[in-house]
Amino acid sequence: MQDLINALGAAIRLLVSFDPVLWGIIGVSMRMSLTALAISSIVGIPLGVWMGLRPRRPRWLTALLYTGMGVPPVVLGLLVYVFLSRSGVVGSLNLEWIPLLFTVEAMIIAQTLRAFPMVVALTLSSVLAVDAAVRLQVRALGATEFQLGVAVLREARSGVVVAMVGGFAALISEVGAVMLVGGNVAGQTRVLTTAIVLETGQGNFDRALALGFVVLVLAFAGNLLLARLQTSSHG
Amino acid sequence: MAEPMYALSGVLKRYGHKTAVLVERLDICRGEVLALVGPSGAGKSTLLRLLNFLEPPTSGHVDFDGARFDAETPMALAQRRRVTTVFQRPALLRMSVRDNVAYGLRLRGEAGAGSRAADALRQVGLQDLARSGAATLSGGEAQRVALARALAIAPEVLLLDEPTANLDPANVRLIEAAVLEHRRARGCACVWVTHNLAQARRVADRVALMLEGQLVEVAPAAEFFSAPKDPRTAAFVGGEMVW
Repeated sequence: MQDLINALGAAIRLLVSFDPVLWGIIGVSMRMSLTALAISSIVGIPLGVWMGLRPRRPRWLTALLYTGMGVPPVVLGLLVYVFLSRSGVVGSLNLEWIPLLFTVEAMIIAQTLRAFPMVVALTLSSVLAVDAAVRLQVRALGATEFQLGVAVLREARSGVVVAMVGGFAALISEVGAVMLVGGNVAGQTRVLTTAIVLETGQGNFDRALALGFVVLVLAFAGNLLLARLQTSSHG
Repeated sequence: MAEPMYALSGVLKRYGHKTAVLVERLDICRGEVLALVGPSGAGKSTLLRLLNFLEPPTSGHVDFDGARFDAETPMALAQRRRVTTVFQRPALLRMSVRDNVAYGLRLRGEAGAGSRAADALRQVGLQDLARSGAATLSGGEAQRVALARALAIAPEVLLLDEPTANLDPANVRLIEAAVLEHRRARGCACVWVTHNLAQARRVADRVALMLEGQLVEVAPAAEFFSAPKDPRTAAFVGGEMVW
């Protein structure tokens, strides 16, 4: 118990003293997670709505999404590693715009693959939960297919918010994939979770626990935002 | 008789092997109220969906205001926007009452949506609830908001799918009055699906009986109730079960 109290104190001290190493790690974590979430949401939410509005959905696509949600992140990391490595299918092309391994961009690719199926599948299930009578009514009021999609998305917004916050929580707490493709390079690709692994391995439990508290605070902030958005979306 | 708003010829709607609607011929005129009666599952709601162009017929033609409806043409959306439906369940959106009523106008990008929504709310006596959330309304209020939402877009055809089922007599009276006043002021055509024969007698110019997807008899209201030509109509009006 004393260790936890000490760690909490250490976490607060690190945060309020603007420890450059810690804030650098938080910055990389947030950049990686928010960018991956933004890409997943920009592509995944419209895709989820489109799938939800189709009278017949290809079952293989739905099954693929649910499979994507269940793939261990470390396997996704391994796939990205294999593709981006110098001898990999993509890495061997040597194109300037293709990210190299052990960069934040490579981590963003792995994390996008992690969040994308979750955002699409949860958006799809939220859209399917919207009363069919609402869809029929919106069309009867003269909506185009695009306007219908916007209306349904608006009705399903609580679920979509859950998809996004759930996606963020999964990304900020991910360790396996980012360790593989990011390499935990100090000052460059080190994120909160990989830093925790490193500090624990080195026996710096106070610092590891402090970083753990930061992850908890970020997860709590995300959930607080979720609760706020869900409350306001019921108006 | 006024010019026909709709002219249906040989309209067939099938779901798989099941025939939901088969209407050989039906004209619906501008400014008339046609009540559509019949037992549950007779195809009345399916016919309304065809009239609102929400589903295409399997075969046959729906001519609307002199033009043949074809879902594949650019005209289809414009035609659909001249018609709307009030369903049995109000299906209000998660927004304020005023925004719900203005919704159809905003879909069309029409100016003055707020003030026209306020006018429509006055027509159904709910102007005081404009700022309320739709979720806070009673069943009767919600249905009146749904009607105001339909009236706000000034449709040329108003389709009503049992809008007063499950409502108390005061709300039924308010909705009937608002629809008939709108018809009088705008000259729109109304097709009103109802299980309430007394209501059909009160509101309709003509009444149609539908059985197993087909129109058995379409006649002026007085004639439909007092001197039906088809024995099945006589049985239905007499309160017997007909198939």
